[in-house]
Amino acid sequence: MQFSTQLEEKFHRLAQHYPVKRSALVPMLLFAQDEYGFLSKEIIAEISRRMDLTVLDVEGTISYYSMLRTKPAGRFHLQICTNISCMLRGGDKLFDHAKTKLGIGNGEVTPDGLFSLEEVECIGACAWAPAIQVNYDFHHELTPERLDQLIDEIQRVSRV
Amino acid sequence: MPSQPSEHEVRVLSRRFGLPNSASIDTYLANDGYRALEKALKEMTPDSILEELKVSNLRGRGGAGFPTGMKWSFVPRQSPKPKYIVCNADESEPGTCKDRLLMEYDPHQLIEGILIAGIVVGSHQGYIYVRGEYRYLIDILDRALEEAYARGYLGKNILGSGFDFDLYTHTGAGAYECGEESALLESLEGKRGIPRIRPPFPAVAGLYASPTVLNNVETFSSVPPIIVNGGKWYAELGTPRNGGTRLFVLSGHVKRPGVYELPMGTPLRKLIYDVGGGIIGDKKLKAVIPGGSSTPVLTADAIDTPLDFDSVAKAGSMLGSGAVIVMHEDTCIVRAALRIMQFYAHESCGWCIPCREGTNWLKKTLTRFHSGGGREEDIGLIEDLAKNMLGRTFCPLGDAAAMPTIAFVQKFRNEFEMHLAGQPCPFEKHGQLVGA
Repeated sequence: MQFSTQLEEKFHRLAQHYPVKRSALVPMLLFAQDEYGFLSKEIIAEISRRMDLTVLDVEGTISYYSMLRTKPAGRFHLQICTNISCMLRGGDKLFDHAKTKLGIGNGEVTPDGLFSLEEVECIGACAWAPAIQVNYDFHHELTPERLDQLIDEIQRVSRV
Repeated sequence: MPSQPSEHEVRVLSRRFGLPNSASIDTYLANDGYRALEKALKEMTPDSILEELKVSNLRGRGGAGFPTGMKWSFVPRQSPKPKYIVCNADESEPGTCKDRLLMEYDPHQLIEGILIAGIVVGSHQGYIYVRGEYRYLIDILDRALEEAYARGYLGKNILGSGFDFDLYTHTGAGAYECGEESALLESLEGKRGIPRIRPPFPAVAGLYASPTVLNNVETFSSVPPIIVNGGKWYAELGTPRNGGTRLFVLSGHVKRPGVYELPMGTPLRKLIYDVGGGIIGDKKLKAVIPGGSSTPVLTADAIDTPLDFDSVAKAGSMLGSGAVIVMHEDTCIVRAALRIMQFYAHESCGWCIPCREGTNWLKKTLTRFHSGGGREEDIGLIEDLAKNMLGRTFCPLGDAAAMPTIAFVQKFRNEFEMHLAGQPCPFEKHGQLVGA
């Protein structure tokens, strides 16, 4: 399996950063996921082969890290923090609101594949709570109304 | 994104925040950037740098508060293996978001601090381990590293001194546990982030079983100002044995939450009321978690506690990561305890049974309690279960889950009693915990 030129370049650079090959494994998995949306059996097999590891070993590593996934998420993955600092500022209300608005539960994907939703642990935005991440982008001090606007905007832009 | 600066701040580490292009090497160089490195390479020896650090009373900003100079001095000078510098940028302790700003607005200060650690222990390679969620920071850091290489502050023969150093970013992929030093090293080696038994400590056998210095972002970022201005100057900013300033993260029920740089020893009252503008809705203060979710809660009467490691310890808690989480009178303590335990149960890696089982049983018991199904004997059971986790695990995650739980039960027993015998949570009627 051949990855995109960009990803191959990233892998090539990574390989030069470490005296021990396996150190590049977690970044490789995350970067591959960023490009393909999730870690398919094919991707896992290819990365295992390149790293001289068994598929089982790589899968065992993947299962430890909460950001690595072996099933597709939505194109826009909404991660809503409900940990203590966000909870105190309405984070779980925001999470409930998102469930209703999108009509999906925790860990689910909308039928059109546009959104997925996840209740996450502290994302490091406690002073600007409640906060969420859409893919890697942070959104701070959200209200249910601002969350609606954000979702509507994504829908509008992606229909064009 | 940084909060409006407060007039009470003493900005040492954060003084370049808010400058135009503060992350760029040009801004850094125009504002004392890499002066510490130059001084360290040309005018100082590893021993004299260590001496300044010891005089400075800089203590680890990740949470444990271990004296930095002492930590670096544990690395053997002679080693047949290469030595490594690892920066812990896995900031994941709930309540904490300060390292994020240090990397976003002043990445070169961090790079310079890491370089000085390299000079002291004779290391030529380092990694910045950044939590996966902070992807945009990896881009910012990589740009800064590129600039530093291009200007000769990284790579071979730095500033013509003969000293070589290579530095790379490394991404995590979602795991609180990897903020713990030994789990972080396992993760950096490409494995599951399972903690290691110690000794040996990382100073002797860390990354790839080689001598390793491992410090938090804020700790490394504190080093350049100490080298430029002297350890004595830094020490005098704080209180005895607690040198300098630190970035406090103020969150929860305050009017002006934010990240504020204040001298060590700043009273909690000043942080909450003067810097933070007081409690939202001018409600009464109920409780404060002073150093991130793993530190024992303080009651409102601890409001005059000076925020340094020793004073907070004397008050029965820990200054930890400097994350101050404020809760007002409408907060349900049982719910807060439950939410924190949910987190630890989710993050327990499962390696040590007391932690794996303990966090899950506590989560179940607290869930039942909060929903009104608590029995009187459960209060003692929660405390007993938590106490039995203490000190029985490879890494501090078990303690991190147990300590706040014990404090919640001991200091707010009445609130647990209010949830007994099928009664609904008495705080839900206040519109839950929402105050914003």
